[in-house]
Amino acid sequence: MNEFNGEIRKMMIILSKATLENVYAAFVLANGARMEGIEAEMFFTFFGLEAIHKKKLEHLHVATVGNPAMHMPTMLGGLPGMEALATSMMKKEMEKIDMPDVHEFLDILKASGVKLWACKLAMEMFHYKKEDMYDDVDGIITVGDFYNQGQGLGTHMLFV
Amino acid sequence: MEKLIAGTTVTVNEEGYLTNFAQWNEAVGEALAAEANVVLTPRHWQVINYLQLQHKSNLPLSIRQIGKSNVVDIKEFYQLFPNGPLKISTKIAGIPKPASCL
Repeated sequence: MNEFNGEIRKMMIILSKATLENVYAAFVLANGARMEGIEAEMFFTFFGLEAIHKKKLEHLHVATVGNPAMHMPTMLGGLPGMEALATSMMKKEMEKIDMPDVHEFLDILKASGVKLWACKLAMEMFHYKKEDMYDDVDGIITVGDFYNQGQGLGTHMLFV
Repeated sequence: MEKLIAGTTVTVNEEGYLTNFAQWNEAVGEALAAEANVVLTPRHWQVINYLQLQHKSNLPLSIRQIGKSNVVDIKEFYQLFPNGPLKISTKIAGIPKPASCL
């Protein structure tokens, strides 16, 4: 732990999920890094790509099935409309604590200097094109490219 | 703890934030900015005045609110106070460090 006395210089955050709670967790971590003067870059892969997909990013949902913290029987969570209900309840709570919506959050991240990268492999798998994605995505890159971005002392990686 | 800065004795917490805004004046702000390696321009002062006004009105400070302030946008805020704009600007302004994650 001698490098900068263990100081964190850069956070590399990988988002692989599109459930609202995971997307927000990753966004808050990236934004929080910048607020502390730490560099931050995000890599959107697999379902995480939906968080930067223009047509999908406004329609992300909370997971009601397979999420014990919802304190809801799995059978109930699977009923039609339950995800939408849980999502609208969560969004109301988020408004109360001044949490921006996904699109505004992306704008804040960009303005704060967070780099946003889309995973090339996942883009191909889902047949997404650059123009389908949030306009200010920095590029479509490979895993190797992302690791190169994270080179240097004091870099930490986080998988969400 | 007490700290002598710009010829004034001020009380600060362990992170160096003034604990009593009444002890703040522009010379103290200038000196705190110098400690943070920030050279204050008229733009910086506009932002500092806005932060102090928000604080006086007991309004919470966050990056999002500052982006909506019509005083400065988020990008410029980061340019004016690099390396953690909210915590650095509030320290210079003599107000508490916002306990905000956003």
